[in-house]
Amino acid sequence: MEYTGASGQHEVQYDDAVVKLFLIATVTWAVVGMLVGVWIALELAWWPANLGLPWTTFGRLRPLHTNAVIFAFGGNICFTGIYYSMQRLLKTRMFNDTLSRLHFWGWQSIIVAAAITLPLGLTQSKEYAELIWPIDLLITVVWVIFAVNFFGTLYIRKVKHLYVAIWFYMSFVITIAVLHIVNSLAVPATLTRSYPIYAGLTDALVQWWYGHNAVGFFLTTPFLGMMYYFLPKIAERPVYSYRLSIVHFWALVFLYIWAGPHHLLYSALPEWAQTLGMVFSIMLLAPSWGGMLNGLLTLRGAWDRVRTDPILKFLVVAISFYGMSTFEGPMMSIRAVNSLSHFTNWTIGHVHSGALGWVGMISFGILYWLVPRLWNKPLAYPAWATTHFWLATIGIVIYTVSMWAAGLTEGLEWRAFDDAGQLKYPNFVDIVHQLQPFYWLRLIGGAIYLIGALMMAWNFIKTVSGSAASRMPAAVPTAS
Amino acid sequence: MSETNETGYTAAHRKLEGKSALFAVLTTVAILIGGMVEIIPMFSTQTGPETLPGVTPYTALEVAGRDIYIREGCYTCHSQMVRPMRAEILRYGEWTRAGEYAYDHPFLLGSRRAGPDLQRVGGKYPDAWHYEHMRDPRSTSPGSVMPSYSWLHHDTYDPADIQASMRALKKVGVPYTDDEISSAPAAMAAEAQGIVGRLTQAGVSTEPDKEIVAVIAYLQRLGKDGRAAIAARATATPAATGAVAP
Repeated sequence: MEYTGASGQHEVQYDDAVVKLFLIATVTWAVVGMLVGVWIALELAWWPANLGLPWTTFGRLRPLHTNAVIFAFGGNICFTGIYYSMQRLLKTRMFNDTLSRLHFWGWQSIIVAAAITLPLGLTQSKEYAELIWPIDLLITVVWVIFAVNFFGTLYIRKVKHLYVAIWFYMSFVITIAVLHIVNSLAVPATLTRSYPIYAGLTDALVQWWYGHNAVGFFLTTPFLGMMYYFLPKIAERPVYSYRLSIVHFWALVFLYIWAGPHHLLYSALPEWAQTLGMVFSIMLLAPSWGGMLNGLLTLRGAWDRVRTDPILKFLVVAISFYGMSTFEGPMMSIRAVNSLSHFTNWTIGHVHSGALGWVGMISFGILYWLVPRLWNKPLAYPAWATTHFWLATIGIVIYTVSMWAAGLTEGLEWRAFDDAGQLKYPNFVDIVHQLQPFYWLRLIGGAIYLIGALMMAWNFIKTVSGSAASRMPAAVPTAS
Repeated sequence: MSETNETGYTAAHRKLEGKSALFAVLTTVAILIGGMVEIIPMFSTQTGPETLPGVTPYTALEVAGRDIYIREGCYTCHSQMVRPMRAEILRYGEWTRAGEYAYDHPFLLGSRRAGPDLQRVGGKYPDAWHYEHMRDPRSTSPGSVMPSYSWLHHDTYDPADIQASMRALKKVGVPYTDDEISSAPAAMAAEAQGIVGRLTQAGVSTEPDKEIVAVIAYLQRLGKDGRAAIAARATATPAATGAVAP
């Protein structure tokens, strides 16, 4: 733990004000993004839930939900974790306070612009890249600001060697820039509409190269980086294996980028590209599990604390869900499995075991650890954190199991034949009808997860406002 | 980090960790290779209109309809990709060939089928069916969970706006002529009038500038060129008849 040990020779004044801003934004957008998710889950179970309005149909709100949870909640927790940890890992304040503020307010203005434009139907239609071209330009500017601040901080660092967390953060900064620019190349028709320079399957391939690596480099590598910083801190154990961290980092960043075409299996995309996508997806299992194992084994000797510490509970379950969804993903990339799973709710279940399980749970763990430290106040309701953990876990299980069941049901019925060799369910809507109970179950699972997040938000509000500060003097864990 | 006696690659890597610029360069190289190997050959791979003669660009009215299809996020529930599997071909029709997407900016393959695939929906139902289905999906498909899109029946499209779309589409490679773009409003009116005429015959009255008319034009076009081109090729080269990809 040579990089995270005692402080350097001179006192460094870390910029924690910007970390607090990002943290507040994280919690706010988490609630908003999940609320929209619950709403569109209701729309699938009960179609009139859009209230007859154009702005609130599933087609317009689904992109709002995905953008809010990925870029608003996911983005802000990454920036929270990165700004907090990289200053401490490099023993320096961020490169430039103004850039930090521009990054923060720029990113929030992108989110607000998304929340206004998407319900209005202003979209480019590419999944997770729906935002119209003026917002795309703003994203580029803000990302450059972040990159300058990030690499500037590396340049002025007081610690020579870069800790593993920083490697993962670096891959996040670089890769998202490349993906965003290449996938967003388009010719504007009006202020709100543009057409991509790529056509048909080339456009599809570029999009899924982007889309899959948004998962890889927005929802995976920065979170692994945060795992490498926060888990050893919280567990008070050194990282299990330095060698493993080297091998799985380079394997992960190299292999991930190839996996995009598994989203286009059985399309008219050239066979060789589909096969590359499948093969690299399967290989990706190894570095993914390398990260999972390095995380779980870091807990050796600290497992007894998992029983009592809700923060460690969140982290352990997060890493376990990471392992589970990075096993499921490669399996779904196998052509034969994909022929059944593609276009079904199975994919929705898979995505949410990663999003709710890995991204959500590790974020909650980090937030519960950070809030008492940043505001220097004990958590208002420590017991609520454990309740939140169980609500989140039960919510995910109900969500994923119902979506597996729904996905298998529709996948099998789409391809079912009767004795005469004809389609057993020729009327599509008959299959849709059978999914309704699963849609209601999923809604319940998602709502339980949201209730947990709301409890966390309220807990933080009471903590920060200080009204409970004197009640729980011993609530701050004593990790170094 | 538990290892203290570093040898071999761990020692080399430790040196690399002291050089942030080199580390960034190597990371960039690592993440560029896969994408370049997969994407660059696509620009010289035959996936364009030449692979399926007979596929032509969308008409101005169809462009208007496609823009509405994108605006409403229809692709979040409907795919446009029939896979080469017997069950799919029975349910939807011919599996989709690459050339059918030649003029699709952006692609609209979709990733989820909350509703059925629409690749071959063109010509499957009469215009009036779509009119009623968009107004109240349950009137034509009992049990459907699709919301009602009744605003399409009131709101109007703007031909000048579609000309801007066509100019941009021309820049990205769709072969519209300047004449086609300048005469687009007249062409739209004529095509819309045809749809309104068919709707009137079916007892539905609407005006040609309503969004629903553009949406019907687009939906009725979907998969038609491809189906005709595939059939024409099958007649020309019998060996290719019914070919199904593995």
